Amino acid sequence: MSITKTLLGRRDLADIISTVEFNHTGELLATGDKGGRVVIFQREPESKNAPHSQGEYDVYSTFQSHEPEFDYLKSLEIEEKINKIKWLPQQNAAHSLLSTNDKTIKLWKITERDKRPEGYNLKDEEGKLKDLSTVTSLQVPVLKPMDLMVEVSPRRIFANGHTYHINSISVNSDCETYMSADDLRINLWHLAITDRSFNIVDIKPANMEDLTEVITASEFHPHHCNLFVYSSSKGSLRLCDMRAAALCDKHSKLFEEPEDPSNRSFFSEIISSVSDVKFSHSGRYMLTRDYLTVKVWDLNMEARPIETYQVHDYLRSKLCSLYENDCIFDKFECAWNGSDSVIMTGAYNNFFRMFDRNTKRDVTLEASRESSKPRAVLKPRRVCVGGKRRRDDISVDSLDFTKKILHTAWHPAENIIAIAATNNLYIFQDKVNSDMH
Amino acid sequence: MLSKGLKRKREEEEEKEPLAVDAWWLDPGHASVAQAPPAVASSSLFDLSVLKLHHSLQQSEPNLRHLVLVVNTLRRIQASMAPAAALPPVPSPPAAPSVADNLLASSDAALSASMASLLEDLSHIEGLSQAPQPLADEGPPGRSIGGAAPSLGALDLLGPATGCLLDDGLEGLFEDIDTSMYDNELWAPASEGLKPGPEDGPGKEEAPELDEAELDYLMDVLVGTQALERPPGPGR
Repeated sequence: MSITKTLLGRRDLADIISTVEFNHTGELLATGDKGGRVVIFQREPESKNAPHSQGEYDVYSTFQSHEPEFDYLKSLEIEEKINKIKWLPQQNAAHSLLSTNDKTIKLWKITERDKRPEGYNLKDEEGKLKDLSTVTSLQVPVLKPMDLMVEVSPRRIFANGHTYHINSISVNSDCETYMSADDLRINLWHLAITDRSFNIVDIKPANMEDLTEVITASEFHPHHCNLFVYSSSKGSLRLCDMRAAALCDKHSKLFEEPEDPSNRSFFSEIISSVSDVKFSHSGRYMLTRDYLTVKVWDLNMEARPIETYQVHDYLRSKLCSLYENDCIFDKFECAWNGSDSVIMTGAYNNFFRMFDRNTKRDVTLEASRESSKPRAVLKPRRVCVGGKRRRDDISVDSLDFTKKILHTAWHPAENIIAIAATNNLYIFQDKVNSDMH
Repeated sequence: MLSKGLKRKREEEEEKEPLAVDAWWLDPGHASVAQAPPAVASSSLFDLSVLKLHHSLQQSEPNLRHLVLVVNTLRRIQASMAPAAALPPVPSPPAAPSVADNLLASSDAALSASMASLLEDLSHIEGLSQAPQPLADEGPPGRSIGGAAPSLGALDLLGPATGCLLDDGLEGLFEDIDTSMYDNELWAPASEGLKPGPEDGPGKEEAPELDEAELDYLMDVLVGTQALERPPGPGR
């Protein structure tokens, strides 16, 4: 079986992409960037007339979500970079999403206008008041179709909830609340209330001198509205139950893998720091990403992950150089496919990796302009670590560490993936060749 | 710094940092590093970590995760170096590695109490490693490289004991204030006659010669009037 990745869209965006997120149907794809902008792409319906245009993604709306701010009290600039976007489940014709920078979360409502009223009695077509003497009869204004206009408006601004930098937001399955997590605290908000939030996790020590661990990511369980998980810089995961106590400092479950003594180094802690955690769609598993691996955890087993996949183990001997140039602190995200059978994560040199949990096969692909022709078959890539080298292999020392794929997203139902490579967005679709079996 | 989609030729190696195999950076206890001189390696890694900590703290709002990871790594290195240098046991709670940074000077005198014990630790650590060479502009992009190399001779406290005082007393009043600024502030022990840091740092408003009595007085002032001293200077 060959993996054909057809390109459904590639955009050269103005700024470095900082987050990518499909909505719940996969019809919309939102990206946030370093300049505080949000760009939403919409999938065109597949047309029978043009079977080759297989539902490509086009720009639907662009808006400025966050602006740079200045905190006068501390003389600090607050970056406008969008850290995370999360879509709300759609409840009416409008779409809503939450976007956040380091300090402030905003709820945006996206509506379409494709009709406008015509035939006013008191105004003419340009909106100017009519001379009343010319009005001889009354008419009822009618709605006439117009060019589609997408309107975006900020509905709520959730500010002043966080002292430290927000790294995650997650909408609860109850569709009424959501949480936001910074380095030391997690807050619970109601989507309709902006002047109040509840602190549900606080790991700030009484004496900051004793600080040894920070929160790196957090997410609500997809089905149980009382459960959420948060990961730490020490590589542990804590599952918390909001029914147990108002302040969930005491975890219900602690997921932690004991350190492998044969792999111990000064950098053991840094590479064990979890950069992303995602519940499976089923809610039974969790996926975590640390510097060198992705791990699948069963919620019923705290002692160790049930599966571990090496993303780029060839970097294990280069940790000191990666520490020196700070690459070891890069935070990669991870993603499940719709059926929880394949997991994906990014790496360096614009490579991204996919692991099939059932067949245990994995593949390395590259998001680059060369591979971005519409019906190109993405060629699997290989990194060689010495020894026999095949023709198209890349040697470890030739990897470009400035080209990192930190943000990836998988369509909730189909085999469509969105890859953010610096300021380029690639959207690939997996098509199994019809003549293959 | 990031290329705008130019196809990178294989021959263009100058921008990439060649990654040598760093077997010797592994823990000295590791089997494969039997031949490597662990003391030298640890020392360079220690200096590198100190430099990183210095850069991190120079930022107006340090990345807490980066900071914590570097500090923890520094602790590990310190712990592995300690037996080699026959250090006396560090008094508990183990003070975080004290690093040269007098840019974010704190006026909170609560530090003075722990200062004395920490300075004692420093004098032991000083003997272990030389001052790091001033690195060429290899620092992480976006960070200002201070003029002076952080020599271990001028040591400050990574002691956010200050945070407690302000935090508890003013929590209700100033809920939205980020006390991490005060939590991570470092004290410039100018009274010890140590070398001051780069001139672009804030906090030079204090008289350089503060002694314990003045610190106590300052503490009373702070507690009594609840006057917040805002660290001056622009952001990054």
